[in-house]
Amino acid sequence: MTETAKTILTDHTRSEIDVWLKKYPEDRKQSAVLAALREAQHQNHGYLTTELMDAVADYLGMSNIAVYEVASFYSMFETQPVGRHSISVCTNISCLLMGSDDIVERVEKKLGIKTGESTADGKFYIKCEEECLAACCGGPMMMIDHKYYENLTPEKVDEILDSLD
Amino acid sequence: MSDEQITIEVDGKSLKANKGQMLIEITDANDIYVPRFCYHKKLTVAANCRMCLVEVEKAPKPLPACATPVMDGMKVKTRSRLAVDAQKSIMEFLLINHPLDCPICDQGGECELQDLAMGYGGDVSRYQEKKRVVKDKNIGPLIQTDLTRCIHCTRCVRFGEEVAGLREMGATGRGENMEIGTYIEKSVSSEMSGNIIDLCPVGALTSKPFRYSARTWELVQKNGIAPHDSVGSNIHIHIKGDRVKRVAPADNEAINEVWLSDRDRFSYEGIYSDDRLQVPMLKEDGAWKEVDWETALDVVKQKLTDTIDSQGADQVGVLASPSSTVEELYLLQKLARALKVNNIDSRLRQVDFSDQDAVSQFPWLGQSIAAFETLQSAFLIGSNVRKEQPIINHRIRKAALKGASVMMLNPVDYDFNYPVAAKSIVAPEKMPIELAAVLKALIESSGQAIDAQVKECIDNVSVTDAHKAIASKLSESENSIVLLGNIATAHPQFSILRTLAGLIAKYSQSKLGYLSEAANSSGAWLAGAVPHRLAGGTQSSAAGLDANTMLQSKLKAYVLLGVEPELDCWDSHAARTALNEAELVVSLTAFRSEEIESYADVMLPISVFAETSGTFINNAGDSQGFTGVVPPLGEARPAWKLLRVLGNVFGLDGFEYQSSADVYAEFKQASANIKTENMDQWQALAAIATESSGLQRITEIPMNMIDSICRRAVSLQKTNDVSDGALHINTALADKTNLTDASDAKVEQDGRTVTLKVVIDDRVADDCVLIQAAHPAQLELGASFGSVRIAKA
Repeated sequence: MTETAKTILTDHTRSEIDVWLKKYPEDRKQSAVLAALREAQHQNHGYLTTELMDAVADYLGMSNIAVYEVASFYSMFETQPVGRHSISVCTNISCLLMGSDDIVERVEKKLGIKTGESTADGKFYIKCEEECLAACCGGPMMMIDHKYYENLTPEKVDEILDSLD
Repeated sequence: MSDEQITIEVDGKSLKANKGQMLIEITDANDIYVPRFCYHKKLTVAANCRMCLVEVEKAPKPLPACATPVMDGMKVKTRSRLAVDAQKSIMEFLLINHPLDCPICDQGGECELQDLAMGYGGDVSRYQEKKRVVKDKNIGPLIQTDLTRCIHCTRCVRFGEEVAGLREMGATGRGENMEIGTYIEKSVSSEMSGNIIDLCPVGALTSKPFRYSARTWELVQKNGIAPHDSVGSNIHIHIKGDRVKRVAPADNEAINEVWLSDRDRFSYEGIYSDDRLQVPMLKEDGAWKEVDWETALDVVKQKLTDTIDSQGADQVGVLASPSSTVEELYLLQKLARALKVNNIDSRLRQVDFSDQDAVSQFPWLGQSIAAFETLQSAFLIGSNVRKEQPIINHRIRKAALKGASVMMLNPVDYDFNYPVAAKSIVAPEKMPIELAAVLKALIESSGQAIDAQVKECIDNVSVTDAHKAIASKLSESENSIVLLGNIATAHPQFSILRTLAGLIAKYSQSKLGYLSEAANSSGAWLAGAVPHRLAGGTQSSAAGLDANTMLQSKLKAYVLLGVEPELDCWDSHAARTALNEAELVVSLTAFRSEEIESYADVMLPISVFAETSGTFINNAGDSQGFTGVVPPLGEARPAWKLLRVLGNVFGLDGFEYQSSADVYAEFKQASANIKTENMDQWQALAAIATESSGLQRITEIPMNMIDSICRRAVSLQKTNDVSDGALHINTALADKTNLTDASDAKVEQDGRTVTLKVVIDDRVADDCVLIQAAHPAQLELGASFGSVRIAKA
C-alpha cells in the first residue's frame, strides 16, 4: 500500500476491508474487491470516484483497470455522482400487481426528478430498474439505503421520504 | 502438457499430438484452418469469441477448438454441417453490432473479421435494430481506437496482462454496454504497446501514424531488420510506391517471437522528416550551397588530404554511429586506415576505455536471446533493459514469472514489469563498492580461493544481507547471468564494473553478458570501427584515439558517419566545442540540423534503414542481412556506396565492390576467427575508491532519443519516453537544497551553468541528479557522469 490508499480511504473503510481480507488467502487479496468497493462507496455517501477506485486497487494490489471493470460491471456500484439516499422501487411482477406504478409516480413527483436522476441538493437518487428485491409478500416495496420499506401507499412514501435527513 | 503422444483424427486425417494440447494447436500445426478471433498462440486461452467451434464426436454440442484439450482417439470434424452452422451463427452474432464501415476502415483488406465474413457471413443481416456505438478514446499518440468496431476478443486486454506486464486496457460495463478501453482517458505507456495493433483482429485498434495514408492492398511487404536496439528484431516493411508506410513485426521465434517494440515499429516516420538532407552541400564563406556529388567528393578529398598533409593523419578523427551497417563501418575503417587515420570509433557513449585491449572481440550477450527465458537468476548492472532492449526484457520477464530472481544494481530505481528479487539503488560512484560487496559475499559464503590482489581490493568493503542475498541467489542458480547494461557501459569506471561483474560471474558460475545500445554495437567492434582493433577483432598495431579522447583533444578535422555528436556522445559540451573549433568537419548524414550546419563544412546525404542493403550483428552475435526496399530520398546514397566511391576518389586500391554483399564477403573473410566469449577477458582489479565526491550526475538516454531517426519520428516524440530537459532529484535532495517548491534550478558542471526545470523524482538515488540526454537545454553541461552543483534559480 502506498500513501494514496492511506490518505483516500478512511481508517474505518480500511478496517472494514481488512475484515474481509482475513477471509481470503494472503495472495488472493483481490477476492475482497467487491466488499472493498462497497465500503469505499459507503465512505463517499453513495458513489465511487476514480480516486477511490484507484485507492482500492492500490490497497488490494490490483491494477486500476481491473477495479474499474468490477465497479462498472455491477449495478450496485455508482461510478457517477448521485444523491446520498439511494431509492430503489421494486417494479417486478408482485409489486407491479400491488400498485408499484403509483409508488414510483409518487416518489418521482415528490422529489421532482425522474428515475435514474438525483435531486439538485444531492440528497436523493432514484435508481434505475431494480429487479425483484425478494420481498414479494410485502409489496409494493422499496429499498432506501439497504433498508426495506414494505406494504407502501403513496402517503407512506411521503412520510418515509420526509423522515430522512 | 505432457510428452505423452496420442493420436487424434481431424477431418478424417490421423494426427499426432501431445496429451493436453489444445485442439487448435494441432489443427494449426497441420494446416487445417479453424476460424478464430480471440485465440492467439502467444496469449492465454479466453474462449470468448466462440468462432472456433468444431464438431467433436460424442460431444452433444460443438466445442471451441481453442479450449478443448485433445484426447486419445478423439474424432473431430471442422467442416461438418454442425461445425459450419455453429461458425456461421457466431459470425451472425458478431456482425450484429459490427459497423459496415469497411470502406473507410484502415484494417480493410487485412481484417480477420472481413475475411471470415466472406467465408461464413450471410449476404443480408436479419438484424433490424440499431447497432451500438462506442465513443472513441484517445489512448495516446501511437494507437488509434475505433471501438465501435470492437468484437470483444480481449486479445489487447490479455496482452497487457500477460506480455506487457502492465494492465492498461480492460472490459468495463456489461452486456451490451461492455466496452474495451482504458476507462479513464489515458495514454497507454507500455514500450510494446504497438503490438495490440497487430493483435486486434478488427479495425478497433489501428496505427495512428499510418491512419488513412494507404489501403492495405496497395502495400508491398518487404523484410528488414529493426535498426534501434541490439536485438535485431525481424520486421516487415510495408511500402507503397517508393515510401515506407509502416513497419510490423516478422515472426522469428529465436529473436523477437511475434513482437516488436514501439521504437522499432514507429521510427520509420523519421525517414520522412523535414530535416532530411537530400543533396550534397558545401559551406562556402559561411553559407550553405547545394552541389553535385562529384564536386562534393572532390572537395572532401582535397580538404582531407590537405589536413592530413599539413597536420598529420593523427589530427583527423572519425566517429561512426553504432547503428550503421557492418558494411558501412567496415568500409569507413578501411578508408580511414588506408589514409593512415587510426582515430576511428563508434563507442560514442563510453568514457572508460582503459581495459579495451583486454576484452573480448565484441560485447556479447553471453547467451542466445531465447535462452533468457530459461534463466533462474539474473543480475543486471546499470541497465534499464525494459526501455533499452524491450524484447530481451520480455524474455527476462517470462523467466521472472516462472520464478527466476531478477536483481538490479542501478543509480535510478527503474520500473520493471515483473517482481525484482533484490535491488540496490546507489549513486554511480558507489556502484563499484556495491559489486565488490557482492563479490566478497560470494567468496565468503563459498570459501573459494581468490587472487591475493583481488582480495586486497575488496577486503575493506562491508557486506550487508542484501549483498549476501544477491550472491546466494546467483550461486544457487544453475542457470544465471550477470549483465552489464547501457548505464554500466557509460559509467566512468566501466572497466572496474566489468572486472567485478566478471569475477562475480566466475565465482557464482554465472554467464557474463553485455546489453548493448545500438543495432550494430557488436558489429561495429567486429567491423573494426574501434581504434585498437582491426576488422575481425585482431589487435591494431597502430591504435588510435577513442571517441571521447578524440573530442576532448580537439582535433583539426572530423569525419562523422550518421552521428550528431552533440546528442550522441558521452560529453555533449566537448563534442560541440571540438566540432565548432575544428578546421574541417565532413558529415555523412541523413539529416540536417542547425547544430550540424554550424560546425560542418561538407554534408553528404546518406540513406537510412529501409533505403540501404547491409547487415547488422546483434548482441547475441547473429548476423542478419537485409536489402534496401525503397530508393533513398532525393540524391541521398547508401553510405557504403558513398564510401566505396570515396575510396576510388582517393585513388585507393581495394574499393572495387559491386554490391554490399561483396563488402560483407570481404568482412567475413577477415572475421573468420570470431569467438563468442566473454569470460576471463578483463583486466586486473584496481583499488576501489570509497570516498564520495558529492553530488553526482546520472545521464540516461530515453528510449526514443537514441538516434537521429528516433529523434525525428514525430509520433514517438509525443510519447513519454523522450527527454524532458529537466533536473530530476529525489525528495531528500530537494529538501536539502531547498528546491522542493522551486520550478527551476541552476545546475553547474565543470564551471558551466544552465538553468533546468526541477522534477521531484524519487526513483533517483540519494545525492544524485538525473538528467536525460539529447535535450537542447542541457547540452552545455557536458559529461554524462561527474560532479555537479545545484541551487535555486
